[in-house]
Amino acid sequence: MASVFAPLKAVGAPLAALASALAFIAALAAPPPAAAQATTITVASTTSTEQSGLFRQLLPAFEKDTGIQVKVVAVGTGQALDIGRRGDADVVFVHDPAAEEKFMAEGAGVDHKRVMYNDFVIVGPKSDPAKIRGDKSVIDAMRRIAEAKVPFASRGDRSGTNAAELRYWKDAGIDVSAAKGQWYKETGSGMGPTLNTAAGMNAYSLTDRGTWLSFRNRGDLEILVQGDERLFNQYGVMLVNPARHPQVKKEAGTKFIDWLVSDRGQQTIADYKVNGEQLFFPNAKK
Amino acid sequence: MFDVSIEELIRSFEGDVLAIVALSLRVSLSAVAIAAVIGMPLGAFVAVVRFPGRSIAVTLLNAMMGLPAVLVGLVVYLSLSRSGPLGGFGLLFTPAAMIVAQAVLTTPLVAALTRQTVEDAWRQHGETLRSLRLPLASRVRVLLWDCRFSVAAAFLAGLGRAMSEVGTVMIVGGNIDGFTRVMTTAIALETSKGDLPLAVALGIVLMALVLALNALVSTVRGVAMRRHGG
Amino acid sequence: MAAEVLDARRAAPAARAALDPLLSLRGIVFRPAERTILDHVDFDWDGAGVCALVGPNGAGKTVLLRTIHGLLAPHEGDVRFEGRSRPAGDLAFAGQALVFQHSSMFRGSALDNLLVVPGIGASGRERRECALAMLERVGLRELAQAPALKLSGGERQRLAIARAWLMRPRLLLLDEPTASLDPSATEQVEELIREIHDDGCRVLLTSHNLGQVSRLADEVVFLHRGRVLERTPVSAFFANPRTREARQFLQGALPWHLSSPP
Repeated sequence: MASVFAPLKAVGAPLAALASALAFIAALAAPPPAAAQATTITVASTTSTEQSGLFRQLLPAFEKDTGIQVKVVAVGTGQALDIGRRGDADVVFVHDPAAEEKFMAEGAGVDHKRVMYNDFVIVGPKSDPAKIRGDKSVIDAMRRIAEAKVPFASRGDRSGTNAAELRYWKDAGIDVSAAKGQWYKETGSGMGPTLNTAAGMNAYSLTDRGTWLSFRNRGDLEILVQGDERLFNQYGVMLVNPARHPQVKKEAGTKFIDWLVSDRGQQTIADYKVNGEQLFFPNAKK
Repeated sequence: MFDVSIEELIRSFEGDVLAIVALSLRVSLSAVAIAAVIGMPLGAFVAVVRFPGRSIAVTLLNAMMGLPAVLVGLVVYLSLSRSGPLGGFGLLFTPAAMIVAQAVLTTPLVAALTRQTVEDAWRQHGETLRSLRLPLASRVRVLLWDCRFSVAAAFLAGLGRAMSEVGTVMIVGGNIDGFTRVMTTAIALETSKGDLPLAVALGIVLMALVLALNALVSTVRGVAMRRHGG
Repeated sequence: MAAEVLDARRAAPAARAALDPLLSLRGIVFRPAERTILDHVDFDWDGAGVCALVGPNGAGKTVLLRTIHGLLAPHEGDVRFEGRSRPAGDLAFAGQALVFQHSSMFRGSALDNLLVVPGIGASGRERRECALAMLERVGLRELAQAPALKLSGGERQRLAIARAWLMRPRLLLLDEPTASLDPSATEQVEELIREIHDDGCRVLLTSHNLGQVSRLADEVVFLHRGRVLERTPVSAFFANPRTREARQFLQGALPWHLSSPP
């Protein structure tokens, strides 16, 4: 029995044209075949770090020095560590020392190193109803915000920033879970969207300086509290434990870690500026 | 109020935008191509063959058309993770994972739409096909050919869904700069940064593509109408 | 093209024909719901001459034709064609072709609609040539590339006949083939039917059109309320119907009936 391909030929010109067009576009969009397969590593980091723009400065320098390409998956600190636990990344680069310690203690990571710090600031409406402008103590400022019951936008997403914020509330003796839905608003999202929300409702918020410097949708908000040492945000880097996840790129990952804490890496970090201001302060142990 | 100057808009069209658009097209086209290869024969088969549990299959296909993208993203993420069942392939956070996720997302859509149109055609031509004594495979081929315009529209609908969705590609791709960043995830990212020129530029391109897709669907229907009266 | 192949194909069942009638229906009952549409129909036919199935609306002609073709399974009784019983699955009988009153055409050209017929050639080119030759035979060669769905009623029926003929059937069934056509289209279709019959294919058709019956048929089977009431040569049927129902039927249709068959 002969087949019925003949009618299919008659499907004809329009379909053939469409198919060729698709193939053409797909081919155009395909990545150029790598002449030599460059080594790549996957680094799980945080949204705030990526949004600061630091990686666009750092990674090309690293690639130039070592020839290793870095792919950064930027999510919240919690998810970044989770990605590390699952072995879906080679290196984890976050800013939550307590969580990092736990990660290392679990045996999920090895070779932990301090890299740099940036700081948090409290932003709020110019009118400053809670009267915290210039306060030298972040704990005091947070207490005043709670007492004034003015709107506060929180990330509420297990990120490093969120963890720091919760620690400040705790230290100030404030139980924010009681105020959820009232003056305390959890957005469950990254720093940018949270700032969008804060600007939209003229709320206070805790943000890292980096995100704030690149954030353009400020509305009526400005920096009200900064400089308290407790606001400093320490970054650490770890290699995902290759004993647990054999496919982890141990050499390349270690190269990245060593480069970050090297003079060259530390200098590159210090050289990164947003609007003329340095964002990150290298402090790797010598 | 957002604050975007024409100048910034034009400047952002260099560099990043082209790479992002190219990747979006590659991912979505590949995904829907896979969805078509699996979904069209599947839909046609369900339309023509009377098998036990067929009505459940039809209901399931129609229900899966409305699968939330983020849910598909989560399931594919857990499957492709190194700690998951398909981790050995190392696909997570690559364009391949995005293609897989979008293929999973759009296959039910293509299959369900194909089933609908082929079933109508089967109702019309069933006796003729039986009289011609065509076996199952040939019946499916002839019906798909007869329905080619509607099937093409189903394909384009799948493509529209793939290009516009952000949930699955964000989760399984990781929105990696220069590697797995597509139009939708880039728009989400830039908007969240409050940095809008690039987001708006990409939004314009995405809109143009979606409009072009819809125009294509109208054209296809128009050709069917003019040449064959429907 | 097809002439030699037609003969070769038809030669195969010649040996069997001597033993079995071409078509054998025994006790066919078709009772889909409460209504009985076919009520114990018995019918043996050796295929000599053109046979016409006539009867008033609702007599069961269309159902009977589809049952003969294998598209419908009777609730009781046995259908045999060339000694074989109903094919497995949902396929129609091999060796038969059916032309419906409203033939369904696919969204493609006239030629495309012929190319769906299986087994008409080994290569694409051969199949195309075969199909084009058939279009020539039914007078549709110039419309080969025309969209089938845009053909006139008469052209569509001729295309349907071409499609059926292309299957090289040993029995061609036609269900009211010209019911929706004007007289000139009707004449063209009847001419084709004659040609097909002359070619050696058996023909069994249903028709409302008594003029057509008298022009084409050699034998008439009169169906009334699912039962075969009469079966006679065509001239005898018109001149001398034996049953009251047949007489009434003929009287009802009288204005269209030619008083003396050719």
